[in-house]
Amino acid sequence: MKAPFYVAIAMAIGLIVLLGYFLHLDILVNLRIVLLEWAVILSAVALLVGTANLFYVHWRKFTTAQPNGFYSAVLIISFVITLVVVGWFGPTHAYSMWIFNNIQVPIEGSLMALLTVLLAFAGVRLFRRKPNLISILFIGTAILILFATGPLFGINLPGLSELRAWIAQVPAVAGARGILLGVALGTIATGLRVLMGADRPYGG
Amino acid sequence: MNQLELFGLIFVVVFFGLMLALAILSRTRPVRQFREIPAFTRLRHTIGLAVEAGNRLHLSIGRGKLTGPQSAVAFVGLTVLDRIARSTMVSDRPPVVTSGEGAITVLSQDSLRGAARAIGAQFDPLRGRLTGLTPFSYVAGALPVIYDEDVGANLFIGSFGSELALLNEAGERAGSLTLAGTDNLSGQAVLYATAEEPLIGEETYASGAYLGAGAMHIASLRTQDILRWVIISLILLGALLKLVGVL
Repeated sequence: MKAPFYVAIAMAIGLIVLLGYFLHLDILVNLRIVLLEWAVILSAVALLVGTANLFYVHWRKFTTAQPNGFYSAVLIISFVITLVVVGWFGPTHAYSMWIFNNIQVPIEGSLMALLTVLLAFAGVRLFRRKPNLISILFIGTAILILFATGPLFGINLPGLSELRAWIAQVPAVAGARGILLGVALGTIATGLRVLMGADRPYGG
Repeated sequence: MNQLELFGLIFVVVFFGLMLALAILSRTRPVRQFREIPAFTRLRHTIGLAVEAGNRLHLSIGRGKLTGPQSAVAFVGLTVLDRIARSTMVSDRPPVVTSGEGAITVLSQDSLRGAARAIGAQFDPLRGRLTGLTPFSYVAGALPVIYDEDVGANLFIGSFGSELALLNEAGERAGSLTLAGTDNLSGQAVLYATAEEPLIGEETYASGAYLGAGAMHIASLRTQDILRWVIISLILLGALLKLVGVL
């Protein structure tokens, strides 16, 4: 397929979906719904392709004896067992749920716990990397919010919870809105570039 | 169409018109310099170094769904991929891309294929990888790439939550540069503390313009700046009118 042809298709579909949000014409709204449903189906197919890619990456890592190939073997065995169990019994069967509740949830929970320790460590390292006023403010605020949320040894310093509420409701919300404003403008700009065919994250 | 939708449509049309006008104007007028963002200066340096020293670049595009609002930041990641792939594909160690969403994985392979075709290099589909589908499985799958594949720099540009800290920490331990940008608020707080070169707020969306992705990227960045000032002025005006009791 020639490049201008698929770019034209992508632009036309993008325009229909965008206009379908603003103009409530039956034909536009129906087309938008159908196109979005197609996108969801294609995403599901892409998920299968991605999963096959995950399997093949680890298969090659294991068979070509790359570093830590043992872990790839563990992944391949777990992958096959999960596929057989969930494929045979269904995703809500007791066996499938056992795999989810006793393997996946604890492992992800452990990583979450690790993240807590890591963030505390990262806070200390931030001082070393960027010893400036903003870093002091960043760490100071984090410590203050921590103490106000979960008081150490049950000691509740007077005014601390009010200060926490003020930080969370005034400067934090103001800063978050400023960042979100930039993100929203960036999102519109990116969307319009794709719509105009200036950005083509498809077709190589 | 209600009032809010009409306002939305007008805003999009004005945005589109301004982008187009500024792109046309940039052909005749010289483009002004952007403010310096240290992350992009280091990134350009690292790309040059990757080609010379044979270091591999690792780009992670996150878990943004293609059918959701996070797709925009994933597209930014794909633009960065296109830029770095074209520059580093000729090196001994072409870049490797990880993501946590099937469609983004397919698109990243497509970008790598396009860059390889453009310079006549060989394309390996396993350079674009899906590493996991939940936040932590995605991170767990991306960690071996950082530790085992002699990565010189890690670029995390996409939709990430607080799990991004684990990737940044791995990059730090492996002694490679970590540059990160996300659309997620808690992810941004985390990357400020953990990434060597954080991209905050709209800086992530400026990646294309700073990496020379074309006139339209520069025009869209200028448009964002103009409309940001318009919005700030409207907010201040609204606050002032509220203060004097008109609103």
